[in-house]
Amino acid sequence: MKISEETVDHIAHLARLEFEGESKDTIREDLNRIVEFIDKLKEVETDNVEPLIYMTDEVNRLREDDPKVTLTQDEVLKNAPKKDSDYFRIPKVLDK
Amino acid sequence: MSPEIRDKYQVVIGLEVHAQMLTKSKAYSSDVNEFGSKPNSNVSVVTVGHPGTLPKMNRKTIDFAIRLGLACESDIAEHQNFARKNYFYPDLPKGYQITQDLTPICTNGNVYIKDDEGNEKAIRLTRIHMEEDAGKSIHDVDVFDTLVDLNRAGVPLVEIVSEPDLRSSQEAYNYLTEVRKLVRYLEICDGNMEESSLRCDANISVMLKGAKEYGRRVEVKNMNSIRNVQKAIEFEINRHIEAVEKGEVIAQETRSYDALKNITISMRSKEAANDYRFFPEPDLQPLVIKQAQIDAIKAEMPALPRDLFLKYTTELKLSEYDAYNLTDSKELALYYEQIILHTSNYKAAANLMMGDIKSYLNHNGIGMIDFPISPKIIANLISIIDDGKISSTTASQKIFPALLDTPDKAPLKIAEEMNLIQDSNEDDLLQIIAEVIANNSAEAERYKNGEKQLTGFFMGQLMKASKGKIDPKTANIFMRKTLEEL
Repeated sequence: MKISEETVDHIAHLARLEFEGESKDTIREDLNRIVEFIDKLKEVETDNVEPLIYMTDEVNRLREDDPKVTLTQDEVLKNAPKKDSDYFRIPKVLDK
Repeated sequence: MSPEIRDKYQVVIGLEVHAQMLTKSKAYSSDVNEFGSKPNSNVSVVTVGHPGTLPKMNRKTIDFAIRLGLACESDIAEHQNFARKNYFYPDLPKGYQITQDLTPICTNGNVYIKDDEGNEKAIRLTRIHMEEDAGKSIHDVDVFDTLVDLNRAGVPLVEIVSEPDLRSSQEAYNYLTEVRKLVRYLEICDGNMEESSLRCDANISVMLKGAKEYGRRVEVKNMNSIRNVQKAIEFEINRHIEAVEKGEVIAQETRSYDALKNITISMRSKEAANDYRFFPEPDLQPLVIKQAQIDAIKAEMPALPRDLFLKYTTELKLSEYDAYNLTDSKELALYYEQIILHTSNYKAAANLMMGDIKSYLNHNGIGMIDFPISPKIIANLISIIDDGKISSTTASQKIFPALLDTPDKAPLKIAEEMNLIQDSNEDDLLQIIAEVIANNSAEAERYKNGEKQLTGFFMGQLMKASKGKIDPKTANIFMRKTLEEL
């Protein structure tokens, strides 16, 4: 097992997820399988190969600075679990 | 704290400045970029981070960042990528900020400031990169909920990162003043710290003078004016030195400035260090900046404050004080540039700018742009003073106010109509002097007997008799001469 319980806790925290007991073991196994798969990929000789980030060679896909209104305020707020007439409402966050 | 203790320590400061770009639309989507709109009205599906939506880069942001880079003598990167900086916060719906990590648009560069001795000092820049702003969380309106407004989310920013080259809170103040001046001259950001379109985080540490290693660094946020940046730094310097003197270890952390109490408060310790997991943003294709594009932007660059300052102090032989004040804002400098197209009396033009014109603007709470008199007319006014047709006092007290009412009228015409043209004819002048002396024979007698202080009295009588139409300087010379010859 390469992935420790601490690593699972850390990654879970970063993703705002919670794992306890059996589910923690399951996700740990899953993560291990992923790491093993990556290790397998590492066997390929890539010393002189640039990493592939983009699926095309296109560059400078830009747009002009033309502002557009595409959503009304009502539409923006429509799917929010909690809102008032102007704002999204969320549980109090104290520090940032 | 005693100056002796303070003097043992070297202060080291680096600043990170975020500047909101004055584009019409946002960085990676077309929503309107506007301060003060109805909450959550400038929002698109990209901004709220709906699945399946794709960002597209605003061309203008790149031009603006290049403009700033050129003004700071930076290197512009030919190849650039965007990266995702991952963190959870409610005002960042995507869960990541699109920024530039390994390939900032600008690297290196300099911002020139005055150091504490008044000498020019180059503050080196590490980098300038493009990114996007987050939305706004409002914590203090509702008791139970935090309110979120996403209008600001996605607004283009540049982050300007300095090297730790600043050595005092005053230098930090000067640096920030210069950066604000620059972005305003370049017209890429309005530089308004109160509305947080310009923001500054300060990294501060202290070390014993001569030490090889920097002290433990603390980051301070939430200063909404340049003065508050200076105050927050000053508070931190004292806090650090006091702690080090007591043998305490400074915690590496982020602190927030409380302007009301003039203190800083710990926000969160860096031990739970943010793990941003930067990785390349696959949704935005890379940028390739061609030299031709840089050249085109360079050709359109406005005059910069430092260039104008150098021009005024060397070519125009103005004092540093005058040059500094004239270049303080772009509007002032541009107006001055217009005046000196029509006059070569640069000093007189500077005096008028910083005197009558500035006080008129201040008094009326308006900017240069709303000043009614054209630079050409101001140059005209200067030339009729230089020709001896009116005195500068008359220009300031009579013609200037009249021009404000009729800004298009030639100053000479106003002077004629108001009967203010100075009598420079010596015969006429001597004639009036003779009359004044004749009308005040008792005083003339006393002068002859040694009461030289009566010169002032005679000058007063002379100015009254001439109705202010004579040049006081010339009149004074002739008056003294005549009195001596009595």
